Amino acid sequence: MPLTNGSGETSGTWRWRWPKYPGTVPAPAASAEAMAARLGEVGYLAGESAALVSYLATRLGKPVLVEGPAGVGKTELAKALARATERRLVRLQCYEGLDEAKALYEWNYRKQLLRIQAEAADTGWERVQDDIFGEEFLLSRPLLEAISTPEPVVLLIDEIDKTDQEFEAMLLEVLSDFQVSIPELGVVKARSHPLVLLTSNNSRELTEALKRRCLYLWLDYPDVERELEIVRLHAPEMAETTARRLIEVVHMVRALDLKKPPSIAESIDWARALLLLGAEEIDAGVFERTMSIIVKHRTDLDVVAERVGVKLASDGLLGARRSA
Amino acid sequence: MASSGRGGAPEGGGGGRAAWARPGGLYGGLPARQGPPGLDARVLELGDELRREGVAIGTSELLDAFGALAEVTWTDQRAFRDALAATLAKSQDDRRIFDALFERFFFRAVEREAVEKGLTEQRFSGKGDRGREIDFDSLRESVRAAIRAGSDGEMRDLARLSIAALGRQGEGSGVIGVDVQRIRRSLGLKGEASAEPQSSGIDPDALPADRLRDFERHLRRELEREMVERTQSLPPARPLRELDRALPSAPLQDLAAVHRVAAQLKRRLATQGRDTRGRRRAEVVDVRRTMRASLETGGVPLRLRHRPQRPRRPELLILCDVSTSVTSASVFFLSVLHALHDAFRKLRSFVFVERISEVTDLFARERSFAAVSRAIASHAGVADVSGYTDYGRVWLEFLAEVVDDLGPRSTVIVLGDARTNGREPHAAAFGCVAQRAGRTFWINPEPKLYWNYGDSVMRAYEPFCDGVYECWSTRQLESFANALTDVRPGG
Repeated sequence: MPLTNGSGETSGTWRWRWPKYPGTVPAPAASAEAMAARLGEVGYLAGESAALVSYLATRLGKPVLVEGPAGVGKTELAKALARATERRLVRLQCYEGLDEAKALYEWNYRKQLLRIQAEAADTGWERVQDDIFGEEFLLSRPLLEAISTPEPVVLLIDEIDKTDQEFEAMLLEVLSDFQVSIPELGVVKARSHPLVLLTSNNSRELTEALKRRCLYLWLDYPDVERELEIVRLHAPEMAETTARRLIEVVHMVRALDLKKPPSIAESIDWARALLLLGAEEIDAGVFERTMSIIVKHRTDLDVVAERVGVKLASDGLLGARRSA
Repeated sequence: MASSGRGGAPEGGGGGRAAWARPGGLYGGLPARQGPPGLDARVLELGDELRREGVAIGTSELLDAFGALAEVTWTDQRAFRDALAATLAKSQDDRRIFDALFERFFFRAVEREAVEKGLTEQRFSGKGDRGREIDFDSLRESVRAAIRAGSDGEMRDLARLSIAALGRQGEGSGVIGVDVQRIRRSLGLKGEASAEPQSSGIDPDALPADRLRDFERHLRRELEREMVERTQSLPPARPLRELDRALPSAPLQDLAAVHRVAAQLKRRLATQGRDTRGRRRAEVVDVRRTMRASLETGGVPLRLRHRPQRPRRPELLILCDVSTSVTSASVFFLSVLHALHDAFRKLRSFVFVERISEVTDLFARERSFAAVSRAIASHAGVADVSGYTDYGRVWLEFLAEVVDDLGPRSTVIVLGDARTNGREPHAAAFGCVAQRAGRTFWINPEPKLYWNYGDSVMRAYEPFCDGVYECWSTRQLESFANALTDVRPGG
C-alpha cells in the first residue's frame, strides 16, 4: 500500500509506486440484462432503467447521479452494485459543513510534530521537511482512499445535496479525472476507475458542472408488481395474497398527500411485523394497530387513519356481505 | 383484430407516388433536413431541440450520449430511450421535457422517412373493404378490455380500428384533438373520477384514467400518422406548451433565471453587512493550524493562527404579497421566494393579503414550485386570496409575531405593490420593523411612475427602507442584487 491509513505501518522514504492488485476483478456485465441479473443475485431487484444506467456506468466509467424520493433504494443500489461487481464500498456521507479535511485528506500534524521532535538536533531541515510531507503523514479520507487503493472500489457519495456548493466544486476534479491534487505531493491519479454513485434527495438544485459529469438516474417508487417481488424477497414467509394486499395499501397511502410517504424499507418492515403478529388478513383493525410502522408523522397518521382506515373498514364490510 | 401494424416492416402498399412529388405547404410541409442522413445527425437534432426547450446540453452531454448508444441495443426502444435520457436530461424537469420531446421527435423522424421513401400502409377502411362490418358493441367491448388490461400493442391496434370505424366520417374535423375526443365519446369511454375513497358508488363502466389517457395517446398518434400520409407533409414542430411540461403555473425559463439571480443574491448578502468592530476580540485560536504553522519554525509556535471568521449567515425575512392586485407579479414573486429557499437555509417567508401567515414550513416541505403555489392558493391561511390587501394590519401582525427575532443581523425584504385599498397604512409599525431589522428593502412590481398614485402609499414606507426597487423581471431582480452592494448596512 503506498498510502497508509493514518496509522502508518510503513517506514522509510516514500516513493510513488503502485503495487499490483493481487486479486482478480470479475469481468463487467455484458449487457443491461446481465447487470440486472447480477444485481438480482445479490438481492436487489433493479428496475430497467436502474440496471441500464448501472451498466452504462461500468462501461463508460462515468459517475452516476441518483435522485429520487427518500427510501426508494438509492443507497441500497450502490451497496448492491458493490456486491454485484465484487468491489469494496467506500462511503462518504455528506452533511452541511463537510470540508476537504474530512472528505479528501488531511496532514497528520501530531505525527509530523512528533517526527520533528524525535529528530536529532543535527539533522538538516531539508531532510526533515522531505520526510514530514510524505504519505506516512497523510490521513486519507474516503475520496482519496477510493482513488488511491489499488483494488477497484465503488465510491458512494451519499446525500450530496446536503453539502455546500463549494464542496461540489471540489468534487469536480475527482469525478471527471479521477485524480486528487495535493499541493505538497503532486497529483494522485486513480489506478482503477472507481465506480462512483452520488445520491441526492433533491433538496436543492445541484450545479450544472456537477450534473454535466454524471449520468442521471431517477429512481421512483416501484409499481405494485415489483414492490411485491421485493417484499417477497425479504419476507418470503408471507403469503402472496397478504403481501399483495399489503403493497396495495402502501400504494394507497403513498397516493395521499403526506409529509413523508412510506418507503420500500418500511413496507418490508411492515410485512415482517405482520408476520410476527401472525396477521393473515389486513383489515381495519390490524391496519390501525400497525400503521405507525409505515406512517411517521403526527399529522400524517390522522390523514391516513381517516382516508385509508375508512376505506379498509368499508372493504371489510363489503367482503363480509359478499361471503354471507 | 384486423389491422396492419407499421411496427416492424411497413407494407409498401401504394408506393406509387414519387418521394419528391409531394404537395406539402398546407400543413407545414417537409422542413429541410439538417445534416446528413443517419442516426448521428438525428441525435444532434434531438439535442438541438432539447436546447430550444431550455435543457442545458453541452457537447460533453452529446458525446456521452453517443458513448451510451454504443453500449445498448437499438432494437429495444426502452433501452435506447433510457440511454439517451441518462446522458441528456439531468433533472426531473428536464426528464419531463425529454419524454415529451423524444416521442414527438422520433415520430416525426420516422414519418419523414416514410414520406420520403414513399411508404404507405394499407388501412382497414371500415365498410365493405374486407366484406366485414365493424360491430360497434364488440369494438367497444374489446377497447374496454384492452384498456383494462393495459396492453400497449392491442390498444394501438384497436385505436387504428376505431379510427377506421368512426374517424372517417367526412375525413374528420381536421383538428386532431377534436377527433380524439369525438371517437372517445362515440366509444362511450369514461375515466374514473379522481379516486375519492369516501364515494361508495363506483361506476362499473369507468376505466382507469391513466390507461384511458394511453389509449387517447394512441388515437392521437394514429390520427397524426394518417394525416401525415394523406397530406405528405409533417405538421409544424411547435414548442412544448406549458401544459406539456407539467409545470402549469411556472414560467420555466424564468424559474431557472430566478434561481441564478437568487444564488447571486445569496453571495451578495453573505459578504454584506458584516460589522468589523471588535473583530479581534472575537477571534479564536485554531490549535491545529497554529501547530501546522509552527512546523515552519521547527515546532515553535511563533505565529498564532486564528479560526477563519466565517461570514455570518444573514437572516432573511421575506414578505410576499399574493393578492389579486399583483396576480401577474405574484407568480414571479413566489418563484423568487422559492429560489431563495433553495439558496438560503436561514430564511423565513411570509405571504399576506389581508392577514399574514408564515409559509417557511411549506417551502421546506414542498420541492416543486407547482405544489407550493397550489398549497398557498388553497390553504395558506391568509384569509382570502381574492380579498383586499391590508398593509397596515399586516405590519401590526408581523411585528407581533417576529418582534423578538428581529435583530441587526436580519434583513427584511418586502415584495408588494403598497396598495392599501384605502386602509390605514400604519407606517409607524413598519418603521418599527425597519428600525429593529438590520436592513429593509422593498421590491415593488409596479413601474416607478405609478407609485403613489391612487391607493399606493409607497411614499409612506419609503423613508424607512434602505432601498426601494421596481422589479417585475429577472433582469430587474439582478439589478436589485447588484444594488445591494452599494447600500451601506443600515441600523
